[in-house]
Amino acid sequence: MAKHKMNLMVCGGTGCYASAKGDLVKALSEELEANDLSGEVQVITTGCFGFCEKGPIVKVLPDNTFYVEVQPEDAEQIVKEHVIKGRKVEKLLYKHPHTKERISDSVHMDFYKKQIRIALRNCGIVDPESIDDYIAREGYQALGTVLGELGPQKTIDIMKESGLRGRGGGGFPAGLKWQFAKNNPSDEKYVVCNADEGDPGAFMDRSILEGDPHTVIEAMIINGYAIHANEGLVYIRAEYPLAIKRLKIALNQAREYGLLGKDILGSGFDFDIQIRYGAGAFVCGEETALIQSMEGERGEPTVKPPFPAESGYRGKPTNVNNVETYANIPVIINKGASWFASIGSKNSKGTKVFALAGKVNNVGLIEVPMGTTLREVIFEIGGGIKDGKKFKAVQTGGPSGGCLTHKHLDTPIDYDNLIKVGSMMGSGGMIVMDEDDCMVSVSKFYLDFTVEESCGKCSPCRIGNKRLYEILERITDGKGKKEDLDKLRNLSTVIKEASLCGLGQTSPNPVMSTMDNFYEEYEQHVTDKKCAAGSCKSLMSYHIIAENCVGCTACARKCPVNCITGEKKQVHEIKQDLCIKCGNCMEVCKFNAVTII
Amino acid sequence: MQEKIKVTINKKPIEVEQGTTIYKAAKELNIHIPVLCYMNLKDMGIEHNPGGCRMCIVEVEGARNLPPSCVTKCTDGMEIRTNTPRVLNARKTVMELILSDHPFDCLICAKSGTCDLQKMAQDLGIREIPYQGEQSTYREDTSPAIIREIDKCINCRRCETMCNDIQTVGALSGIYRGFEAVVAPAFEQNLEHSPCTYCGQCVAVCPTGALTEVDQTNSVLGALADPRKTVVVQTAPAVRAALGEEFGMKAGTLVTGKMTSALRELGFDYVFDTDFAADLTIMEEGTELLDRLGKHLKGDKDVKLPILTSCCPGWVSFFEHHFPEMKDIPSTARSPQQMFGAIAKNYFAEKIKVKREDMVVVSVMPCVAKKYERSRKEFSVNGDPDVNYSITTRELAHLIKQANIDFHTLDDQDFDQPLGESTGASVIFGTTGGVIEAATRTAYELHTGKKLDKVDFKQLRGMEGIREATVDMDGTQVRIGIAHGLGHARQLLEDIKKGKSQFHAIEIMACPGGCIGGGGQPLHHGNSQILIDRQKALYKEDAGKAIRKSHENPFIQTLYKEYLGEPCGERSHELLHTHYFDRKKRWIKK
Repeated sequence: MAKHKMNLMVCGGTGCYASAKGDLVKALSEELEANDLSGEVQVITTGCFGFCEKGPIVKVLPDNTFYVEVQPEDAEQIVKEHVIKGRKVEKLLYKHPHTKERISDSVHMDFYKKQIRIALRNCGIVDPESIDDYIAREGYQALGTVLGELGPQKTIDIMKESGLRGRGGGGFPAGLKWQFAKNNPSDEKYVVCNADEGDPGAFMDRSILEGDPHTVIEAMIINGYAIHANEGLVYIRAEYPLAIKRLKIALNQAREYGLLGKDILGSGFDFDIQIRYGAGAFVCGEETALIQSMEGERGEPTVKPPFPAESGYRGKPTNVNNVETYANIPVIINKGASWFASIGSKNSKGTKVFALAGKVNNVGLIEVPMGTTLREVIFEIGGGIKDGKKFKAVQTGGPSGGCLTHKHLDTPIDYDNLIKVGSMMGSGGMIVMDEDDCMVSVSKFYLDFTVEESCGKCSPCRIGNKRLYEILERITDGKGKKEDLDKLRNLSTVIKEASLCGLGQTSPNPVMSTMDNFYEEYEQHVTDKKCAAGSCKSLMSYHIIAENCVGCTACARKCPVNCITGEKKQVHEIKQDLCIKCGNCMEVCKFNAVTII
Repeated sequence: MQEKIKVTINKKPIEVEQGTTIYKAAKELNIHIPVLCYMNLKDMGIEHNPGGCRMCIVEVEGARNLPPSCVTKCTDGMEIRTNTPRVLNARKTVMELILSDHPFDCLICAKSGTCDLQKMAQDLGIREIPYQGEQSTYREDTSPAIIREIDKCINCRRCETMCNDIQTVGALSGIYRGFEAVVAPAFEQNLEHSPCTYCGQCVAVCPTGALTEVDQTNSVLGALADPRKTVVVQTAPAVRAALGEEFGMKAGTLVTGKMTSALRELGFDYVFDTDFAADLTIMEEGTELLDRLGKHLKGDKDVKLPILTSCCPGWVSFFEHHFPEMKDIPSTARSPQQMFGAIAKNYFAEKIKVKREDMVVVSVMPCVAKKYERSRKEFSVNGDPDVNYSITTRELAHLIKQANIDFHTLDDQDFDQPLGESTGASVIFGTTGGVIEAATRTAYELHTGKKLDKVDFKQLRGMEGIREATVDMDGTQVRIGIAHGLGHARQLLEDIKKGKSQFHAIEIMACPGGCIGGGGQPLHHGNSQILIDRQKALYKEDAGKAIRKSHENPFIQTLYKEYLGEPCGERSHELLHTHYFDRKKRWIKK
């Protein structure tokens, strides 16, 4: 970075990429070229900044100007005004929703105020394709400390003291996991980075690999050294081409610098990393299934114990951690265990990255200290519910998490609290729902995903989830019976208790938590055949309010199935048996004469 | 010696070795835990416990979930409950779920009565299925030997373990996922387009009716009822040592005489013995061995050694599929079943003046692959197969039961002549090591010209998967290898491929234990003592025979004199030998 006096960091995340009306990087580069500035100013595609709601985002370094909603046509202005004249482009700065004040540095935005970035510390700041950039930000310093001063056991002790727990979902203490792997003697051991991010909507691991791949590499080397493994593997989804590309570049750079390979930093320790591609099965995020898949077997979990720390890849002791867990490790070594342990709650230390989505104003990737409340996340960072609607529920932990409600808003988010209230941390998905969301449909939606992603090995998950889904479908179709609710409960319990792996053991969570928190909604569907949120089509019907109808025939003309009858200037009628509930009539009526019952 | 650990199961204390599973510990306490996918063929070193069916779940104090007892190991101080309401409810619910995705055609299912799933549903008192919904449906796959009715598959994956780990055939594996998950050949191809050898070991372990043999009992009844047909039956050596088990007799009870009686009562016109053809096989195969060995000893570099036996159709398919480049190594001698068919439909039909097409040859075999073998085109003349129907030991038992024959009170009868005449050598064809021992007895005398006093070659007997022995033929040291189970066969073949094999002759049988453990035998449920008992029975019958060397079988001698001429002569070649095909190309895309 030192070579250039200015850097334009363009977010390469999916959100920003999708909201750009063209190639932003190309536009900026061409503009710089046109102004003969290519030698001095560099355009870098970087990892996600997090504030996806306001994408595409361009950050200007070194002055930290944070431009939002930048389109290719703005390139000229950014270059002519900001780069050449040093004047910020006012219209591209973030406007505070209430004060309407323009904010130029992200640290002053509500979205970022409560965030502490540890795992994401370098995302959007370093050039992910430059090892020098990473080194300039204390990169590979932790590795030096570990190899030069600490030695394996002290490193593990620091991990244990830090209280870092696995960020992939289970929340198992990372230090303890390392200790197990170290204690199991073997001629061969493996370190595996789980980059098979499978939760729909979660993209923190991808963002880290795209924005800061070296941190993962550094942590894996440290991990290998601590447990006496000489080989590392990154199991990554093949659908992450940019992350793979960056990882490959980073691996080659690390090899060139002698940070991977034989005798790393003269310590006598050998370590290298290979990449393995996953084909996108959710269950392969489960560590035993992941190992099966890496061995070329069908991606199915195996019974634990034996845990991978005893018998993992190729039957050898293997330590599996996910990307976000690894991203914390170099910082913990650099800043110390007690620094890390000072952040977060009693039994959950440090921060957690969440993919905040759904009906909030500010969707995006956030990193907050453990113990932050749901209220802070949704209403402060997230900026509250969209379109002034009412908050109804928040789903945490991805498809196998639970739906929490008003009464949980002040629950501090950490591993144990979320489990206590019937949800889980998962890999950090967080989807906010408003009054228009039907909770039965929501749980059906999640179950649809787990039914699809179950590997089929054990009976409760293979058949049970399917049956759960079918019952929910019956209920949302208005064919539910009272006893279906008991069946839902019993099935959920059995699937949870009797399934083989984490997928089945958590898949009924959406059903169970919505039944716990919104039971009356289920009852309404079953007994009154009503969906209060108005989202279950089978349970609603369109009707014409006679006193409002003027007989303008607009609805009848718009109806695609010709189910509205009535003479001009006469009250119209909707034939219920023909209606397909498309809602066109309601949309087109200017007299508020169509209603949903 | 590892330290023992203490656990309690249903409050009863027990000390067990470290590493003992909860299921096994409970068994020691006589506490029954139902298992469905679990399979322990302990004497074969096969323990299949994927923990998939979740029927054997138990409650462990302090554990959040209900672990499966078949695979969860005891830890010191563990408090286990196998029968709490929580466990019983979960078990029942899981069973209801399994049944909700299973066809309800028990009344006409081939496995009805011997189905593990049916029995367990009864044991658990399931009377209704509360969780009804969509049932998975798959295409039915009928091959010449095995029917896959995969709607009935419960994903226990036992067949997969047999096919991949034990037999190394690789025809079956889990495909698709979630509710669609099922065991099938790759890309859900039919078995005929897979490397399946029809060894039938999958059929032998399938707990439901998902994998069954092609049932030919009705066709046999049809032939028996047809007055125009002369129906000839042949029974393989291993059948007599196992058939009694289907009627509650102890494993290893020899029922040769009762079986003959029963077959006659069923209406077969001639009850013959495959053993006769086994003696014939030895004449042909032994001569071939001596020919190749003799050339080899004289320094002929072109001669192919080791010679491999070829009486096992599963094994023949195996090398045709997996080692087609070695297809000129095995003996070209047909199997006893096919030699019998050829002699019956040519020599015998002529002799009794029955037209070939009016003669129906039925074989009773311990084997599923024989059904496929009989259907191979090279064993037909103008579309008329040498062997019309091949039924398994289990199917014969069904026929006997259907005819209400009281098997226990049957008198012992002899086979008909001439194709019922056999020697001790042919009886032991039914066990691993038997074919090569029989061949050795004959080869020794033909090679040395001396009389063999001690006909028992104990060094060739046993149950280990791969065995080797040297036989001293009057100074010529003949090195012999033996493998049973196709996984073991693969090891020997790999050695030959690498040029590492030192053997002159190798006997291979596809099924563990040889034909006594065939895919068509009464189910042994992994109890290898049953196999050992069956083996003993065959050696006993051998020892009790007056003639124990194939070439001394008087009718074999007559047959060569009257009809065949010389072993490996022109007519023998036409009727008793065959050739092999490269079948790899059928399932590997070029």
